Order: sequence, then C-alpha cells, then structure tokens
Amino acid sequence: MLSRISQFGARLLRENRAAAYLPNSRSSYYRGQFSRHFAPAKNTLFSTTSNHDEDPQDKDKISVTFVNKDGTEQTISVPVGMSILEAAHENDIELEGACEGSLACSTCHVIVMDVKYYNKLEDPTDEENDMLDLAFGLTETSRLGCQVIAKPELDGMRVALPAATRNFAVDGYVPKPH
Amino acid sequence: MGRERLLLLHHATRRLLLLLPRSRGFSSSAGAAASSREPLHVCVVGSGPAGFYTADKMLKGHEEAQVDIIDRLPTPFGLVRSGVAPDHPETKIVVNQFSRVAANGRCSFYGNVTVGSDVSISELQKIYDVVVLAYGAESDRSLGIPGEDLRGIHSAREFVWWYNGHPDMCNLAPDLQSTDSAVVLGQGNVALDVARILLRCTSELAATDIADYAFDALRGNTIRKVYLVGRRGPVQAACTAKELREILGLKNVRVCIKEADLVTSTADEEEIRNSRIKRRVYELLSKAATAHKGYISNDQKELHFVFFRRPTRFLPAEDGSTVDAVQLEKTCLKDGVAGKPVAVGTGEFEDLKCGLVLKSIGYKSLPVEGLPFDNYRGVVPNLKGRVLSSESENATVESGLYVVGWLKRGPTGIVATNLHCAEETVAGILEDDKKGLFMGPGSKKQGRRGLLEILEQKNIRFVPFDGWEKIDSKEKMAGQLKNKPREKITTWDELLMAAN
Repeated sequence: MLSRISQFGARLLRENRAAAYLPNSRSSYYRGQFSRHFAPAKNTLFSTTSNHDEDPQDKDKISVTFVNKDGTEQTISVPVGMSILEAAHENDIELEGACEGSLACSTCHVIVMDVKYYNKLEDPTDEENDMLDLAFGLTETSRLGCQVIAKPELDGMRVALPAATRNFAVDGYVPKPH
Repeated sequence: MGRERLLLLHHATRRLLLLLPRSRGFSSSAGAAASSREPLHVCVVGSGPAGFYTADKMLKGHEEAQVDIIDRLPTPFGLVRSGVAPDHPETKIVVNQFSRVAANGRCSFYGNVTVGSDVSISELQKIYDVVVLAYGAESDRSLGIPGEDLRGIHSAREFVWWYNGHPDMCNLAPDLQSTDSAVVLGQGNVALDVARILLRCTSELAATDIADYAFDALRGNTIRKVYLVGRRGPVQAACTAKELREILGLKNVRVCIKEADLVTSTADEEEIRNSRIKRRVYELLSKAATAHKGYISNDQKELHFVFFRRPTRFLPAEDGSTVDAVQLEKTCLKDGVAGKPVAVGTGEFEDLKCGLVLKSIGYKSLPVEGLPFDNYRGVVPNLKGRVLSSESENATVESGLYVVGWLKRGPTGIVATNLHCAEETVAGILEDDKKGLFMGPGSKKQGRRGLLEILEQKNIRFVPFDGWEKIDSKEKMAGQLKNKPREKITTWDELLMAAN
C-alpha cells in the first residue's frame, strides 16, 4: 500500500520534473492531467482500505498480459481503477501516450486479443472513436489504453501493441485534391 | 544520468587502459557490439514531431547514438508550437515527451541554425554518420488561378502561423474588419482549424496560448459568415471526425449544409463502406444538415459547407487590388486514378462575395541545396526513409542520408503519424548500422564537436535547449498574468534575447 502511494508520488514527481523544466507547471492542461492521474489513485486507496481483511494485494489487482511489437509477452498486475496506459508506463512497456490520457491522440492504441474481454468493456465514447479512426492498424477490438480501466472482470486480459512495421504509404503518394 | 554514464565510461576506459594498454581490447572486454565501439553520430534536421520521434527512437534503439537536433527557429517542436490550434491544448501535451527526449544526456538541441544557409547538407554529412531530414513543409501549394495575389488572400499556413505567433508571420496583419464573409478553400483539418478560429467566441480564445495581436484582431473581427469550399462531396471531405464534431458544435454558429449535396452515388457508398473515418464524417455532416438548433440570436454566425465547387479565379474589388469575390465552378465527380473520384468542372459558374480568402489546399516542402527533391510530389525521394538520388527507378541510395515526416511522405496525417514514420526510418538506420555502413575506412566522424566548430567559424549564435527553456519560462510567466498557459514571444529579436 505504502509502496503504491510512494510509487505514485514518484511518478508524479517524475512527470513534474520531466515535463516542467519550467518553474510553473500549472498551465491549464496540466491541471487536467493531474486530476486525471489522481482519480484512479483515489479509487485504489478507497477500495484497498475497505477490503482490508480480504488480502487486498490480490483482490485489488488484476493480471494483464501485454503482447509487445516483437511478439514477446509481459504479464503485469494492475490495480483496479488504473488505466492500461498508466499501468504500461509504470512497468516500462513501450506503449506511447502522447497526450497523456486526454483523448487527443491515438498513440496508446491497444488491441484486445479476446472478444470476450472486449465485450466486457464499456462502449467507446464518440470522442474515443474519433481518435480510434486515426489509430494505426485499427482492428475490430481496438481501444485506447487510456480509456481501458482495470476492473475485476478484466482479470487475465491480453492486449497487443499494434506492430508498426507495416507498409507505409511512401510510394505513389498524391496530394489530396481538396 | 548522461554525466554519470560518461563518468562510468571514463573509469572503465582508465581501468582497461591499465589492464590492457592497447585499446583494441576495449570492445571485447566491454562486451560491446562491434558496430557500437564508437558513438554513432546522428543529426536530425528539424525539431517537430517527426524530428523528435526520430531522436527518441534512435536513442532507444542504439545505445551509442548521439543525437543532435537542429532547428532554424530558436524554439523547438515545429508545428506543435506553430501549427496546432491554440484551442487544442491537449494535442500539445506531447511536448512533455519531447522535452524528456531533449533532456537525455545523448541528445542536444541547436536552435537558430538553418540548414542550407548556416550549414550545408554536405557539411553535415561530413561530420555525422547519419543525417535525418525532418524539416517538414514550410510553403504552400498554389491554385494557379488568376487573381491569387490579390490583397485579402492568404494561405491557411500563413494565417495559422500568424495566430500561433510564428516569428516569420507575426506581421501578416490579415484584414478581419472590412468584410463579413470569409472563404476557406479546402475542407481538411487545417481548413476547419482556421474556420473555427474565425468563428469561435473570442471569450473562449482568451485563455489559450493564441498570440496576443491575433487575439486583439479576432476580437474586433467583423466576419459573420465562413464558407468552407470543397471540390468534391461530403464523402470525400478530408477532415477527421474530431475536428468536424468540434466545429459543428460551436456556440452561436449556425451550420448550413445543402441536403442535396448529401445524396450519395454507388461509388460514394462503397467509399463509405470501406472507410470507417469517411463513414463517420459523412454521418456527422448528414446529422448537422438536418439538425435545427433551438434558438436563433441576432448575432449568430454562419458556417456554410460548400461542396462540389472549385475556385477558378479571384475577382478584385473596385480598388483593383483587394479580393471581392471568388468565382466558383460547379463540379461533378468522375472516376479518377486508382478508383479515387476526381472533381470535373461542369461549366457553370457562380461568384461568392468575400473579403478574406484562406487557401487550405496543402502545405509544400521546400528543397535544400544539394538534396534530391521530387518537385512534383514535393518530397525527398526515398525508400522507407532512405534518401534516393532521384525519383527515377534506377536511383541509388544516398548513404547516411535519411528523411522522415512530411518531407518523406507529404503533408498529411496527425502528430502520431510521425511516430510510425519515425519508426520506419530509424529501423532503416539501425539496419544500415548493423550492416556496417557507417564503419568504412576513415569514416570516423566528429559529430557534435564538428558542428560546434562550424557554428563557431561562421559566428552563428545557436540556441541550446536550456535557451529554449528560458524562453518557455518567460512565456509562461507572462501568460500567468493574463490567465493564459503562455504568452508567446513572437519576434526573432525578442526570442533570441529571451534565450540568453
């Protein structure tokens, strides 16, 4: 528990430092960012204390397997309430997150490898779908990692990072007439 | 961390020197791969998303890579700073990641250095193992129709640079007060951006990082109607759903779409079936065409989507020098190359009155001396990022020269497109390094030291990353006073002063 908090604190610090080489990190989008980070953490704290007697370590974490671009797999344990994007970053999994979970990019695109699990997720919002439109290598079970929040039903889920080595439209490109 | 690493290396070398006086032992004892005995000197030209993603992938993919990023501006991040609209702050969050890349001990930034005039490509090739061109597209396609030079006609790029405080466009001063109608030619995301900035309540722009002069000009603007003109139909519109949804939902703006334009052909229906994004864009437009907004206020603005029209000439006002209208020709769609429908004129014309025209028909890259360039496509000829000597079939690969981003694939896509584009180019570099292409006899390059020598010789005052950090914190401080994320510094002199 403590370690989780300190981990989280460390992450905040890390981000703060890296992002804010400037003294003032209180620009508007940062504030949004921090509140986003805080939300899942609060959930975690809450549920941990309430389930104190029932071995919180197992109850509040689910296991998620990432299939990397090179096909290797990595199984991590993710606290309930945490996004897949955040979980990936805490475990040094190479999932990009250009907009840091603010639904403004598609870089945290993951492919849920089992439809059964995909169906357990809430439907993507219009805003998420707008971003998925632009995701690289979109599939029927694609989601944004920042929008997939760990919950007990997702225990055992496998997600793949889309492999980037596919044909890039370098040849035959014609500027689109407007 | 970089310094620690250097120190460690230093110690390791000393110890090795004691043990094995001949430095040959170094690589085997240190267990380093044969190809990574020496640092791999990499120079990335351009610090936009393509440049920074390339630096990132390069540093991660090669432990000995030393990456120098050059930019002609004193500020990094390219279009994230000067292209992304001020009311899209979430899209700019990516600079956090880029700043972490710049903070890497093996990465350096050299702003205010122009490739071509300050340092040539061949000079860079002499001092770096790898030169990656990522300088994007800083010019515009032109329509090539009469009257294009009239006052009141700008490229969307100029207008975007202007409201984003790009130091090359801070004096554009577009006239927003002599007309109530603006025509935007094009229906891609840039077109939607400029239309949105013209139509959005200025109170919503006040808390963005829009340039102060642009905010003042927009606050006094008299434009009530914006026309978005496309040669083809709603199925072919080049915008994405996010930007479209946003402009359709603008406060106090009535959206006008002719329902007749939404009729689809069989070819259209096939296009919609085959493309999720086209389907969703089309659905949004259809919904907007039939939706009736509850109330109509007196000062309501109008956004007109004009489909199946192509501009054929600009007509001057009585003064002979200012634009007064755009002549449009109706079009219909015919099958074009590779099944892509093209717009063909029908011979019917109409004039659309306007005092401001923004041409949003595509950016264009500019060639640099000594660099192969495909003038037709406006890109550097390349094979998966490896620069080719020409666009012909029997072209040869230019050793050590690579290209990424818009300069490689043309001016389309979003920030993230550059991520995959960079992965492809870097994969090529790493492959070439494994093949030993950068290991030839006498191939030892000077890298950063060589660049610094050239800059010193030519008396060029470059702006390092901490110079940009000074600009950045000054801008943020000034912004704080106005409740903005930053107040951009918009002239060359002030930028260079702030960097000191």
